[in-house]
Amino acid sequence: MKKLKFSIYRYNPDVDKKPRMQDYELEVEEGRDMMVLDALLALKEQDPTLSFRRSCREGVCGSDGFNINGKNGLGCITPISSLKGNTVVIRPLPGLPVVRDLIVDMTQFYKQYERIKPFLINDEKTPPSRERLQSQEDRAKLDGLYECILCACCSTSCPSFWWNPDKFVGPAGLLHAYRFLIDSRDTATEERLDELDDAFSVFRCHGIMNCVNVCPKGLNPTKAIGHIKSMLLSRAV
Amino acid sequence: MVKIASTFGRSGTHDFVLLRAAAVVMAAYTIFLVVWFLCNPGFGYNEWITLYSHLSMKIFTLLTLTGLLIHGWIGIWQVLTDYVKKSLLRGVIQYIVVLALLVYWFTGLFVLWGI
Repeated sequence: MKKLKFSIYRYNPDVDKKPRMQDYELEVEEGRDMMVLDALLALKEQDPTLSFRRSCREGVCGSDGFNINGKNGLGCITPISSLKGNTVVIRPLPGLPVVRDLIVDMTQFYKQYERIKPFLINDEKTPPSRERLQSQEDRAKLDGLYECILCACCSTSCPSFWWNPDKFVGPAGLLHAYRFLIDSRDTATEERLDELDDAFSVFRCHGIMNCVNVCPKGLNPTKAIGHIKSMLLSRAV
Repeated sequence: MVKIASTFGRSGTHDFVLLRAAAVVMAAYTIFLVVWFLCNPGFGYNEWITLYSHLSMKIFTLLTLTGLLIHGWIGIWQVLTDYVKKSLLRGVIQYIVVLALLVYWFTGLFVLWGI
């Protein structure tokens, strides 16, 4: 048996005056690997007051986004063996208010998502008698965009989102915005671009690519944001 | 949409284009001066005054100072809106910086005028 060490952010606003880091130890079989979420679940058996979100435990629902050893990621698909150092340090996603322990209030994140109208808008007067079809080329443009699970790992790793969460849409929202801007079935391209053409919504992205570095699905929000900037520029110049 | 009165451009796109256009002019001016320094080792007052007495150099210098004014105005506004959350304090700092940038521009204009 070997002992794994954890240092976990604890904060219960009803009881604690300020947040603190609490140390835990977990005994595991020699040579056995486990995901961070499995470790947290085992630690919760030791200490039932430890709070965190989780659901699908396979990287699909996006519930268990944490800051693990300084880098945002999903607990359920981050193996302990991939982490460096003797102690695993787990904190809530940065930049959002903490509800309790590792649980953050994602209201601001969802407000930005809502702002970009994340649904297909089509103003053709006659509804089609069957599905709106796309060519294979047009459908391929959505690859790398539709897979986002809104875990917020990207937006909460972005300094521009930390400083202006009420004005900058953030990488996750902008990835979705581009997903609808580039969709051949969507007819609201101009209106969507009008909504984004201010000094903050898109242009507060300075391309530092923290979002790309942390995305657990391997997506590239910076590239999508670059495409949005190009669309805004091409209609302005 | 976020409406902003204190930045330079009319929209995010306008700011984006102005920032880069100004940066190109400033970069070109910097490269030109570095090359000129390398081509004129040990230059003195006479070479310096000859360079700046050309009309094209005066225009190039004024363009660069205009680029600095625009780039600084937009850039400082972006930095301040990130880090200074008190709007009164932000407005005062922005005002001081813009005044300083205008002082640079007018100083450059009058210095070039006198050469």
